[in-house]
Amino acid sequence: MSWAKRILRVNLTAGTCTEEPLNMDWANQYLGQRGLATKYLSEEIDPKVDPLSPDNKLIIATGPLTGTAAATGGRWSVITKGALTGAIACSNSGGFFGAELKFAGWDMVIFEGKSAKPVYLLIQDDDAKLVDASGYWGRTVWDTEKGLKAEYQDPQLRVASIGQAGEVGVKFAGVVNDLHRAAGRSGVGTVMGSKNLKAVAVRGTKGVQVNDVDAFLKATREAKTVLAENGVTGEGLPALGTQVLMNVINETGALPTHNHKDVQFAGASDISGEAMQEPRRSDGKPNLTRNGACFGCTIGCGRISTIDPTHYTVKDREQYQIASGGLEYEAAWALGAANGVNDLDALTFANFICNEQGFDPISFGATVGAAMELYEMGVITTKETGGIELTWGNAQALTTLAELTGRGEGFGAEIGLGSKLLTEKYGHPDLSMSVKGQEFPAYDSRGIQGMGLTYATSNRGACHLRSYTVASEILGIPEKTDPLSSDGKAGLVIAFQDATGAVDSSGLCVFTTFAWSLDNIAPQIDAACEGEWTVDRLLEVGERVWNLERKFNLDAGFTGKDDTLPKRLLKDAAKTGPAEGKVNELGKMLPEYYALRGWTPDGVPTNETLDRLVL
Amino acid sequence: MEKALVLDAGKCTGCEQCEIACSMENEGVSNPAKSRIKVFNFHDEGRFVPYTCTQCDDAWCMQACPVDAITVFSATGAKVVSDALCVGCKVCTIACPFGTVNYNPASGKVIKCDLCGGDPACAKACPTGAITYTDAAATGYAKMKAWAKATDAGQQASA
Repeated sequence: MSWAKRILRVNLTAGTCTEEPLNMDWANQYLGQRGLATKYLSEEIDPKVDPLSPDNKLIIATGPLTGTAAATGGRWSVITKGALTGAIACSNSGGFFGAELKFAGWDMVIFEGKSAKPVYLLIQDDDAKLVDASGYWGRTVWDTEKGLKAEYQDPQLRVASIGQAGEVGVKFAGVVNDLHRAAGRSGVGTVMGSKNLKAVAVRGTKGVQVNDVDAFLKATREAKTVLAENGVTGEGLPALGTQVLMNVINETGALPTHNHKDVQFAGASDISGEAMQEPRRSDGKPNLTRNGACFGCTIGCGRISTIDPTHYTVKDREQYQIASGGLEYEAAWALGAANGVNDLDALTFANFICNEQGFDPISFGATVGAAMELYEMGVITTKETGGIELTWGNAQALTTLAELTGRGEGFGAEIGLGSKLLTEKYGHPDLSMSVKGQEFPAYDSRGIQGMGLTYATSNRGACHLRSYTVASEILGIPEKTDPLSSDGKAGLVIAFQDATGAVDSSGLCVFTTFAWSLDNIAPQIDAACEGEWTVDRLLEVGERVWNLERKFNLDAGFTGKDDTLPKRLLKDAAKTGPAEGKVNELGKMLPEYYALRGWTPDGVPTNETLDRLVL
Repeated sequence: MEKALVLDAGKCTGCEQCEIACSMENEGVSNPAKSRIKVFNFHDEGRFVPYTCTQCDDAWCMQACPVDAITVFSATGAKVVSDALCVGCKVCTIACPFGTVNYNPASGKVIKCDLCGGDPACAKACPTGAITYTDAAATGYAKMKAWAKATDAGQQASA
């Protein structure tokens, strides 16, 4: 119940689709989605494998609450060894694809091997088959989804696919579903492309059963009320989306700009959630057309945006004069503040291209930022860029590079390497603002200390979604801590990491935790799933998931030395704002973190810890 | 007092909680494929439109049914399909001008909105107030109120 208890194994080399029962022992230990798929991956691949070799596997996974009536119960993930990082990768997405996979009666799909020619997987309830995708290879996500729906005369088909970015080997390509929802980070789309797998199209009509219908409806209704009555999930996110944060974080002195040289951006208000609501001069319409929700989501933080039809990016280009996925905070930061670009329409266009061609706007924008710094230093010139003037704040350079990167052309192919390889190539590796090769998201860890430890210890490289201490340090959820102090942050980060590990394994969206604690979540899982699911058990699942991911990375060759931050954040003090004079105090927090985790001073889980967690 | 489902596309975010609630209420399973209400996503326009049976007074489905399986439930005015009588001929799906009567291959019967006997699950589940169950004699009340506010000349008059 609530688990479909079936997985689909697709061998791309042999071209076969096989049904298997879900390992319920593992489901009881890892719940689902992120945790359960990481368990399968760990058992089935050598962590030292080249991410782009056929021996890497790619798992599409749902949680037990995916497809149920639980608010935000539409999440699904892609788990693999990441192309950008070489670390364990788990990229989470919303939209409607994950629920549809559950409706078809599958918890997970495991892809192994590599197809000799481009294929896509078609799932219609119990039937699954690989189909020749040569007609879709070279096409965008938008064209592929439209084409598949037309081909099968089924507008209700849900599609997750890669764009050209995943085909041409952009290191940070993602998997995009429902046109603008993405498993965006760590290069999971690059792995999918390396397997010659273009898309997964699914239609499910079987539905999802929960264990105790009455208890489940009671628990989910109560929890929905909590979301509705909360200021962040009931008002802030529906009205402004995650972009509610742009001005707030800028004022905090934690909005990195110009490749993290500064922590406040003069143009922040121009690209904020508030700016997205202002009528523009040309047609009197705002950038924000409306908010939109993922499956089952009662928050509705999604942005649906329309670009000014007279803007240089879309003039005479009808395919972009539509309403589609607009700027989330992370994308607005990476495409805008990170590079000093304050043109809202240009950012929205670049974001459209990221969706259309399937690549991560965070890594893309941050890599452009690193390239702009190299350009300012004279290390890169118009000779390398093919004539593009990579000056800070150049919107035209940004949008041109978005198009080139998506197709893997010209200097876009170099941006597609990601900031680590790009800065190494030009002899300045310190200018890559990344951890384990993955670029930072939108919080400067000098102004929000806990995020430094979060980034440094994140198993998938720099990431805000593994322990969002911003909730505590800035928003005061569940309690306010001082963003400029590193005291007590080790314990805080661990608590957030473990709780998030459980939420990511359930099928729920981590944004619910602005309002929900595990006390609200446990009763929903308990009613949906067989067995008893308490808060303590969920925390144990989260800790187990965290340690399993850690173990995978250690086996892959990472060590405690990789739990670090770029010199800029550890040595160069913030120049302005409340964080002025601060660096990140990682050296103070990390030993405490290791000790609290039950790891050695080198960052290795002790045998005692592994035994306790049955690992 | 007869009540009606009022659907306001302007408030719909496309979350499908109504579809989940409908299938849970009527089929005991979360399954939009068995929902009697459907949210349409007009992507390029950024519009989400919930859509279901309007319970026509002059109900063509009811008139077309050759075996009289569709009758009026007097308490709500809903046109209700009797599973015992329905033979699954689908004539009603052809007769309905709006497409809101649909065939369920699993049961071999047609399914349509029956207003959940007077307590529609979709309206209760909608998080944005896009679906309400209100006075059938004033289904345009919210729109009237909005226009009344927009066209209110009170301030100028008193100035």
